[in-house]
Amino acid sequence: MVALAVVTISAAPRAQGPALTVPYTQFTLPNGLNVILHRDTSVPVVAVNVWYHVGSANERAGRTGFAHLFEHVMFEGSTHVPEGSFDTWLEAAGANNNGSTNTDRTNYYIDLPANALELALFLESDRMGFLLDDKAPGKVDGQRDVVKNEKRQSVDNQPYGQAFVELSSLLYPPAHPYSWPVIGSMDDLSAASFEDVARFFRTYYVPNNASLVIAGDLDLAQTRKLVEKWFDDVPRGKPVPALAPPGAVLDGVKRKTITDRVQLPRLYLAWHTPGLLKPGDATMDIVANLLSSGKNSRLYRRLVYDLQIAQDVTAFQQSQALGSNFMIMATARPGQGLDKIQAVIDEELDKLRKETPTGREMTRALNQTEASFYRNMERVGGFGGKADQLNAYFKSAGTPDFFAQDLARYRAVTAAEVQAAVDRYLPKDRRVELSVIPGDKK
Amino acid sequence: MKKALILLCAVAASVTLSAQQANRKQPPAIGPAPTLKLPAIQKHKLSSGLAVWLVEHHEVPLAQINLIVRSGSAADPIGKYGVGSLTAAMLDEGAGTRSSLDLADAIEFLGANLSTASSFDSSAIRMSVPVAKLAEALPLMADVALRPSFPAAELDRLRKERLTGLLQARDNVGALVQLAFPRLVFGPTHRYGTSANGLPATIEALTIDDLTTFYRSHFRPDNATLLVVGDLTPASALPMLEKAFGGWKPEGMAALVAEVPNAPQLAKRQVYLVDKPEAAQSQIRIGWVGVARSTPDYAVLEVLNTVLGGSFTSRLNQNLREKNGYAYGASSGFDMRISAGPFVAAAGVQTDKTADAIREFFNELNGILTPVPVDELAKARNYVALGFPGEFETTGDMARKLEELVIYNLPEATFSTFVPSVTAVTAADLQRAAARFIQPERMAVVVVGDRKLIEGPIRALNLGPVTIVPIDDLFR
Repeated sequence: MVALAVVTISAAPRAQGPALTVPYTQFTLPNGLNVILHRDTSVPVVAVNVWYHVGSANERAGRTGFAHLFEHVMFEGSTHVPEGSFDTWLEAAGANNNGSTNTDRTNYYIDLPANALELALFLESDRMGFLLDDKAPGKVDGQRDVVKNEKRQSVDNQPYGQAFVELSSLLYPPAHPYSWPVIGSMDDLSAASFEDVARFFRTYYVPNNASLVIAGDLDLAQTRKLVEKWFDDVPRGKPVPALAPPGAVLDGVKRKTITDRVQLPRLYLAWHTPGLLKPGDATMDIVANLLSSGKNSRLYRRLVYDLQIAQDVTAFQQSQALGSNFMIMATARPGQGLDKIQAVIDEELDKLRKETPTGREMTRALNQTEASFYRNMERVGGFGGKADQLNAYFKSAGTPDFFAQDLARYRAVTAAEVQAAVDRYLPKDRRVELSVIPGDKK
Repeated sequence: MKKALILLCAVAASVTLSAQQANRKQPPAIGPAPTLKLPAIQKHKLSSGLAVWLVEHHEVPLAQINLIVRSGSAADPIGKYGVGSLTAAMLDEGAGTRSSLDLADAIEFLGANLSTASSFDSSAIRMSVPVAKLAEALPLMADVALRPSFPAAELDRLRKERLTGLLQARDNVGALVQLAFPRLVFGPTHRYGTSANGLPATIEALTIDDLTTFYRSHFRPDNATLLVVGDLTPASALPMLEKAFGGWKPEGMAALVAEVPNAPQLAKRQVYLVDKPEAAQSQIRIGWVGVARSTPDYAVLEVLNTVLGGSFTSRLNQNLREKNGYAYGASSGFDMRISAGPFVAAAGVQTDKTADAIREFFNELNGILTPVPVDELAKARNYVALGFPGEFETTGDMARKLEELVIYNLPEATFSTFVPSVTAVTAADLQRAAARFIQPERMAVVVVGDRKLIEGPIRALNLGPVTIVPIDDLFR
């Protein structure tokens, strides 16, 4: 249930929608597990969503891809759940489940009919507390093969698939944990041992480094009892030390060209920008919207619509805990070169440096952003549903119901701030310029 | 005035829990399954004759408005494959008094998402909008649906975009196999054998006249339904809908379109190989002509496919991914359309295991012909039946479910009878359906991959004649 209060407005220049709030109950178990409950009875379904505050940024050199490999092992059963039974039992109860890993966190969801909630709590608590048994080494080997095929499918066999791998290593020094891709390297995946798995589990997969959201058609008091029943015996771990990454700055233009078996060249520009929820982060989202969201956005209109020298153009703020990246990518039309495309991008960035965007552009971007907040309220489970968002806000903002404050960040962005942010964060002389051109795959 | 449909019957026995001590020796018992109460479909007609189906969904202040036209790419005339798809894509490239850019600006300014799309069986204009902006957004949507202007310059732009997209398809094994499989199963003349977007020679030749002819023949109030889901009521919405769509008058005559005939079924197994040098994985598709949406075996086939390749614990995924590690995932599905669409089993597999993977595919396709064990059947039935309420969660989900009723002319009771018909499926039903709809010795095997590494091992499988298909053949 989303509680909606209509905000009365008088002559506000921007239309403000109803206020957003997701009511929740929060408590912490003696072992440190953060628990957040939210009741929404619109469909008879509950979403069980667990975030472990560990991602590829916690990996060490020589073991890249490990956090994600570990995520796979989490579905292979635990001490009281035979291999294969995790998914078999859930499907027999009508559930769907999945997990994902990024640089900063690993998340897991189980969406299931409300009557089967306790099954999900049993499975989540068992893999949180008792993942490893004598079968674990074989499971690691099995999932190593699967993950290598995931890499082949989603990176190696994709046109331009190597570009983001290159961008990470161009943007960050080798000792910075964002310098390697989440999927890792084949060599490192081969080298991961069972001892690595055990150490990783003991260090990071501990209740005091996790949070559990249960959202949906539930009884708050009864659910709390069930959580205590299943998670109280999960042992607390040592505190997880904070990361202390080396600085990542660009002091000039880093230029690189790679070849790939593609028909058309593609240009990537990348910069360092303020981290997730830091001042300037929302501004960069608005900049991305002004540049490439919709036919009238500045880069789309020039490159794709008017000049028709590009097949596509995308700009986005990749918000991350240890520092964000702003990226612009554009694919050339047949017969067109990347130099011309880059020159037009620079013209458009220059315009934004010199002149503030129009009021209509700003309102258009804000109205789209605001509508997307409401669309994100519709689903309770899965990736990006309300349960996942509550966990995301708990990790990044320290409070689960940060929806209204998050939207307020965007409402507060002014045209002058956009102009200043482009000037400050997207300099022409300090950035990464990567070109992918047709040739042999490297 | 809400009519409640009771959707779910209890599937598992009720067990009460009292002890608050975790017993990890066995999984906790599961209580009786909940019921989903679906709000009623409130049916109305505007003065133009356009049918409106409205479902109230008051959770979030959004409205989802889908105009569904019961003609899609299957209505493309021979020689003009792609015209339906391009017509749909052109609807918002200028409409009413607004240019393409002005229209996009007006829609985005309201925070609305408007998209146009077409499939083989239908064309659609879909809009999601904050309900407070619905009154302003509906006239824009009505312009797109009723008064598209089809500017020549925009057609040229979209044409180049599509041709470039087809050029880029050559880079991508996934895109290539999507072109190759239907072409090799349905052939170059049957409409299902060519992608809905069409191929370069046709796209080059399509004219504004072709588009307006398609539009006038099919975009008509008597061939469309307006689906309205969201935080509104008939009293709040109908006057707005009448104002926007009540004056819709069709021009000229409706098209007399013969339904797409079912394609001839494949007679014997054949292997087709498309060379993609240096591919890190081979994309495999195995299948043949499947079945139409109108099949009385719909629920049986949903359960059958769940066992074979429709879920994570399905046999194909367990074998190719979990047991052998050849693939990131493997799946299967019946694409049910107005006429029989394809049945396909699919995976991307590491190049050096291509032939091994094909052998395992056939082990599972043959295995499904023998009786499915009781536990496995129960798991699949529950997975389909108990997951069904989740398909109605959002305004967009609900509208998509209603589309099925409209496009395939299904009775409203389709939703309320689905779960009981799934729970009634028996092992004998599965065996009968499998014998008819899954005949591995007659299926096409289509592989896109690195020929120099995979051809020898594939030939050694002795599945049937092997044909090398040049990539260029997929584009003409």
